[in-house]
Amino acid sequence: MEFLVSGATGNIPRSRWLLAHAAAVFSFLYLPIAVLILYSFNGQGVGGFPPHHLTLDWYRLLFNDAPIWDSVLNSLQVAFAAMAISLTVGIPAALALDRAQFPGKKLFRRLVLLPLILPGIITGLSLLMLFNVMGAKLSLMTIVLGHGTALISVATTEVFAGLQKLDRAQEEASLDLGANYWQTFWRVTVPNLKLPIIGAALLIFTLSMDEIAVSFFLIGRDNTLPLEIWGRLRRGITPEINAVSTIIFVFSLVTIVVWYRLRVRAEGGADVGAELIEAGSAKS
Amino acid sequence: MFSRAYKTVVTAPPLVWVTVFLLVPYLLMFCYSFWSVSPAQAIVHSWNLENYKELLQKTVYWETLLRSMWIAARVMVFSLLLGYPLAYFLSFYAGKRKDLLYQMVIIPLWVSYLVRAYAWKTILGSDGVLNTLLQYVHLATHPLDFLLYSPFAVVLTLTHIYTPFTFLPIYAALEHIPRNLVEASHDLGATPVQTFWKVIFPLSIPGVVAGATFAFVLSLGDFLAPLLLGGPSGIMISNIVVSLFGAAYNWPLGAAISLGMLVIVVSLLFFSERLEKKWSFS
Repeated sequence: MEFLVSGATGNIPRSRWLLAHAAAVFSFLYLPIAVLILYSFNGQGVGGFPPHHLTLDWYRLLFNDAPIWDSVLNSLQVAFAAMAISLTVGIPAALALDRAQFPGKKLFRRLVLLPLILPGIITGLSLLMLFNVMGAKLSLMTIVLGHGTALISVATTEVFAGLQKLDRAQEEASLDLGANYWQTFWRVTVPNLKLPIIGAALLIFTLSMDEIAVSFFLIGRDNTLPLEIWGRLRRGITPEINAVSTIIFVFSLVTIVVWYRLRVRAEGGADVGAELIEAGSAKS
Repeated sequence: MFSRAYKTVVTAPPLVWVTVFLLVPYLLMFCYSFWSVSPAQAIVHSWNLENYKELLQKTVYWETLLRSMWIAARVMVFSLLLGYPLAYFLSFYAGKRKDLLYQMVIIPLWVSYLVRAYAWKTILGSDGVLNTLLQYVHLATHPLDFLLYSPFAVVLTLTHIYTPFTFLPIYAALEHIPRNLVEASHDLGATPVQTFWKVIFPLSIPGVVAGATFAFVLSLGDFLAPLLLGGPSGIMISNIVVSLFGAAYNWPLGAAISLGMLVIVVSLLFFSERLEKKWSFS
């Protein structure tokens, strides 16, 4: 417990109280996840204390559940396509915000960031109306466009933060030495932004895999994984859902830890992630 | 150093995309809200104010909006009460473990919304984990029904989801406070409590405002937690919109309510930005 007194104010009673509070908040945050994982091994169903008849049956059931795996494939396709769109639009958007002056720049910046803070229902419904007016049929494609558009904000924020730290002299040197803009972009700008870009890609991928509020309105015949789970929840619950949730949790955990490591390497600070939230609150 | 051509190439494509997929859809929402539905369930593109008249006249919309705001306000307050002391502890007392603990807060942030809402459903249900635990230890003789399918369940779940969101900007604000200000306050004889209220807290207000806005705005528009855990008494404004776009089939009325939500949210963002600017010291 020696770390408790290392702060700027070594006030023991107060830090004890704070420690107790922190322990309580962490239990609150992790308790549901622990319960979820525990009951994925429970032979008796999702309720019932104490859990008994521990079994891997629900995982066996899950591995033979074709609709779930179809939805996983759909979600993977959507996530990769959304990632491609968000990066293709989001990286130039960050360059534009960093380097160009144009009328409506402030509005543009706000619009790009808006889906991050707006409840998903508004993004989902406004796109639904667009596709309706265009006469587009709802399908995985419409979900891709929805996710791709909503997550541009992530690519733009991460890359913009990277650009702020970039040494312009390298790009200038490249241009002076006769490389054109295209070569300079691929050989100087992108390699320098490698970490923010990979970080953004991972984040977009995870967020798209989990997204449900926007997909809810843009879904066609084929389900994504969260919507498949949602459909089952409404019909009644079994530990099979706990099993698939546990697997999702493990995957998100791995992705987030990798992302965090990348960010710490890129930023070298503990400020990681906060700027996404700050950007989301439309500060400019 | 960047030519006009370069600037055009990086600006035009995102500008077009954002216009088509963000700006135009919002404008369409605005247009839809002035249209109507014919008895044959077709959308009539004639401009009128009927939807807004109905919204003003029927109390059910106002009651639901107020209930949603009340739920969102409670989520905001609880997330602050949980998130602020945690951020303060991490920033000032956690020492070497700061980094690890910080990661432990952001992990739940990125864990599927649906997974977490579902976990609470299995905990709070009448034969869920909590009720069977209470009976197992003989604290209750029969299941407590009020736990699930109530505004309480919605507030609890949303607080669980948005506490890390609230934590992040507060933590960032606390981390940005120059430590020599805190030391100066001590050296000049202020007690830790005085230092907190006179130095640390005022400097963290922009973070508090950003976090509070996040929790309030995102809970206000939520419709999945109420569907899953809210029951009839936990219905929120977005649930009405969902039914208008589904079974009740009245897109124009749904668009009018969504537009109202959009206006509320954007004005809240505007005010919170003003507040943050006013209180920021850099």
